[in-house]
Amino acid sequence: MKKPSWGAILIALIPFTAVCFSVPLWDRVYPMVLGLPFNLFWLISWVWLTPLLMWGAYRLEVRRDAGTSGDKKGGDQ
Amino acid sequence: MSGSAIALTIIFGIILLGSVIGFYAVSRYKMDLEQWTVAGRGFGLMLVWLLQAGEIYTTFAFLGAAGWAYSRGGPTLYILAYLVLAYVFSFFILPQLWEVGRKHGMQTEPDFFVGRYGSKYLAGFVAIVGFIFIIPYVQLQLTGLGIIVTVASFEGVNRTTAMIISVALVAAFVFARGVRAVAWVSVLKDFLMLSAAVAIGIGIPYKHFGSIGNMFTALAQAKPTHLIMPGATKTMGHAWYVSTVLLTSFGFYMWPHAFGSVFTAKSGNTLRRNAVIMPLYSITLLLIFFVGFSALLVVPGLANGDLSLLTVVRKSFPAWFLGLVGGAGAITAMVPAALLLLTAATLFAKNFYRPVFAPSMTDDQVAKLAKVMVVVISVLALYFATHSSPTLVQLLLIGYAGVTQFAPGVVFGLYWKRVTKTGVFAGMIIGVATVAFLVLSKRDPFYGLNAGFFALCLNALITVLVSLVTQAQPGFEGHSQEAIGS
Repeated sequence: MKKPSWGAILIALIPFTAVCFSVPLWDRVYPMVLGLPFNLFWLISWVWLTPLLMWGAYRLEVRRDAGTSGDKKGGDQ
Repeated sequence: MSGSAIALTIIFGIILLGSVIGFYAVSRYKMDLEQWTVAGRGFGLMLVWLLQAGEIYTTFAFLGAAGWAYSRGGPTLYILAYLVLAYVFSFFILPQLWEVGRKHGMQTEPDFFVGRYGSKYLAGFVAIVGFIFIIPYVQLQLTGLGIIVTVASFEGVNRTTAMIISVALVAAFVFARGVRAVAWVSVLKDFLMLSAAVAIGIGIPYKHFGSIGNMFTALAQAKPTHLIMPGATKTMGHAWYVSTVLLTSFGFYMWPHAFGSVFTAKSGNTLRRNAVIMPLYSITLLLIFFVGFSALLVVPGLANGDLSLLTVVRKSFPAWFLGLVGGAGAITAMVPAALLLLTAATLFAKNFYRPVFAPSMTDDQVAKLAKVMVVVISVLALYFATHSSPTLVQLLLIGYAGVTQFAPGVVFGLYWKRVTKTGVFAGMIIGVATVAFLVLSKRDPFYGLNAGFFALCLNALITVLVSLVTQAQPGFEGHSQEAIGS
């Protein structure tokens, strides 16, 4: 079994930072964007952005798997 | 026909349609233990997606999220954040889990613990803890069904009666058909749920305020602090948000039913692609938030926020429409309730009772015991649903606090060679005990943090420390095939 690549993990930290750790920075009502309070607008933006980012992570993982498929070791560490 | 009769007729019509699909769509498959629980490992992307959507978009999302938007405000945003991050987290563990699962013939979460740690007692403990914390989740669904029928009947039908009828139906189709029935009913459920969410999420703000933007402007003027954290609460500030989002996103796939669904996928890559696209589905929650926030201005003063979605629908639309929304909500409760019952029953029979008390039981006997347990759990959940009344979101958070205690054992089990069964056992016992103590003594949130998250940190710390002082043990390859109870 392969461990995930560092590139994919770094990509994944972006949404974690954006929607979780940085909450004091964006938890506000104004400015309203597209009729939504700012915090709701921010989160919805990341609902769309996260799949795009993770698609990048997916490409990274698939490319790496294709490169190393010869030495599949299976269930050990 | 009176309004309540029309609404109720439509709701029961939809439930009946769902049940018919459940019973007949699958009659060509022979039902043995493996078919009944993981459907022969043959699901493709589409069906896995539907299956996951079916179990994930629950009454919690439909009534509970609107209820919290109504009664709590800002803190409700955690739901949107955790659904996105849960899939991000799943990207890194599900493909690996699927791979070891296939290699070692795993069907359930405790199977993983036997396979990795070689201890049937550790696995039995996981099974019984999973079993216990699924009960509030089933209770949530039943409470939701009760609310639907009560509001749709204009308080004419008693909530307990409604819950008894629905639990009997759910148990009946689980009993007869297993997981394939659930997957096909969730096709109907997804269709209804999405249509209902779009119609009310846009319709209600437009009808009462002219636009979604006007609704938020009106709400921000009337209650300036409702839309930000801690909203209408005193304790759910930013520390609570961060800790709850982390707890629930790590815990999402630790639910035994979600964990088990991993093994039904066609390939590890199917799961990875799923992890990429699934966050988009949470956009439907936004519509539910609109309803909850509108309801606060349109039907203020409800004692129980969980009633807000249906109450505002009842006030804004004709009775037949209330029936459609109620029907969508009812199916939305019944599909996950069925999966939860199935998982909890299998956990008890196959992963707790057989390995710990009766190793000589045959698969047939295990399947029979599981069916008996479906009835037992239904009755237990019904008992709790009629005897206590936390909000729907609270019920789910209690469950999360419990099941997330499996996360260190799973993540370390996959990625850290040095972790030992003693370490995992010690961490998990401390974690579960801490959750039980803090929740039962009403200390949640604990110093501003989600109590389950505090317990999870303790759990991970103890797992690491105890693992380092106990003797290293072999990984998946070190345990014989027959140790896994399949």
